[in-house]
Amino acid sequence: MSNFWSAWIIVLTLGLLFVLIWLLRWNMKNYTDIDEGQEMDHEFDGIVEVNNPLPKWWTYLFWACFAWGFVYLALYPGLGKFDGLLGWKSSNQDVQSLAESRAAMKASQNDGSIVQYDREVRDAEEEFGPIFEAYAKTPIPELIKNEDALEVGQRLFLQNCSQCHGSNAMGGRGFPNLTDDDWLYGGTPHDIKTTLLNGRQGNMPAWGEQFSDQEITELANYVASLSGRERDPELVAAGKKNFAVCSACHGPNGKGNQQLGAPNLTDNVWLYGGSIATIEETLHYGRNGVMPAWKDILGEDKIHVVSAYIYSLSHDE
Amino acid sequence: MSRVKHEFVEKNLGWLSVLMIIAVSIGGLVEITPLLFQSQVQEPVKGLKPYTALQLEGRDIYMREGCSNCHSQMIRPFRAETERYGHYSLAGESVWDHPFLWGSKRTGPDLARVGGRYSDDWHYVHLMNPRNVVPESNMPAFPWLAENTLDGAYTAKKMEALRTLGVPYTDEDIAGAKEAVQGKTEMQALIAYLQSLGTALKRADNE
Repeated sequence: MSNFWSAWIIVLTLGLLFVLIWLLRWNMKNYTDIDEGQEMDHEFDGIVEVNNPLPKWWTYLFWACFAWGFVYLALYPGLGKFDGLLGWKSSNQDVQSLAESRAAMKASQNDGSIVQYDREVRDAEEEFGPIFEAYAKTPIPELIKNEDALEVGQRLFLQNCSQCHGSNAMGGRGFPNLTDDDWLYGGTPHDIKTTLLNGRQGNMPAWGEQFSDQEITELANYVASLSGRERDPELVAAGKKNFAVCSACHGPNGKGNQQLGAPNLTDNVWLYGGSIATIEETLHYGRNGVMPAWKDILGEDKIHVVSAYIYSLSHDE
Repeated sequence: MSRVKHEFVEKNLGWLSVLMIIAVSIGGLVEITPLLFQSQVQEPVKGLKPYTALQLEGRDIYMREGCSNCHSQMIRPFRAETERYGHYSLAGESVWDHPFLWGSKRTGPDLARVGGRYSDDWHYVHLMNPRNVVPESNMPAFPWLAENTLDGAYTAKKMEALRTLGVPYTDEDIAGAKEAVQGKTEMQALIAYLQSLGTALKRADNE
């Protein structure tokens, strides 16, 4: 803030306070020639104005407000560049990146200056930090035996994950069910955590240009047959011939590949729906399911707890 | 001074008006005017990028549909907010927003950092009918966004107008604006805008 604007604020603020004080004092005097309690010669519709002083309770409150105002302006930042005697700040508003914000927070927490938000975070850290730290040290298969940890994990899940995966974690069309122990990218504690930390990007190419509609219908029937569903044997046999291109990701037997997130096509679990029409749509236009990365939003310790909650949904105990 | 009586102000409409205007304007003169000239509200944060043509059109749709009537874009510096929404909003993040869409009503959640939080697919399903992904949602559906296409007739002009307000659009940005949005649906534009919200700070860290 330039000196000009700092002075502008100080002069206007203090000036106004003194003008108001003068105004109050001026109006506390009886400068009319009429005695207190007498009529003022104002009459309208039989209602008369009486020369009464300002109410005492009201003037005292007014004086108290002035006192409060001066104390406040002395302690807190209100007068231009003057930071106030307490050095109080609500937050670090002059940071330009997350790294700078973290550095500023650390600095304020160490040098004892009063940055309200940073203090709030520090107090919470002192209370909850050790809890999350203990959780983070416990391997996930152990952690799912801890009811409290699962409850914390569920809260975080409901807050951050349920929008896509549902509040019961059973997913929806295009958003995987997390309770059925059927995993696109692997269901080990490590896999789940990796998925949450870095996100995933599904990549089923569109085959609409490569294959004719007939060939896509044949492929769809073959894919459906992999789950043991009864389909027209002729279509299935014809589809099998073109499955070679699919096997690059889904494997020669259609068992999928968790490294690529290519679904297992033999288990009759369908992310986008298993009707022939839907499989045809998937083949024709491709699919690009995205799991966002949560590392920056939740941080590793919380992700560990959410991972435990998700792992617990398909593992008893 | 005691000669001047209160009656004078009470009976002179002109003086009463003048004094009232002075009294009312002091707050603004002290709190708003200096802020307009402060570097903090003029300098962009490090990772800030101007909206692309498509994002800009999406922003206009966001305004047209009145999204800010229910969604704020302003994370306050309280832990209860930052735990849910992410780092509190900084002035330098909205220096190129004309007008800003901070809002003050939160019937729905704050959207200041919704960018990257959900997938494009999710936004599509959610805007077509929010109940399809969040059964308890009371947000209206916006299915017409998927049907309306953009012609980009005014996109370049909007960008030129914003450039006069200090948004650093290049000549190429403006020349390619129409082509960038033409034929895209309003849905695509809105999703592009939503996915850009609040991503600047993170970008600054990664660059």
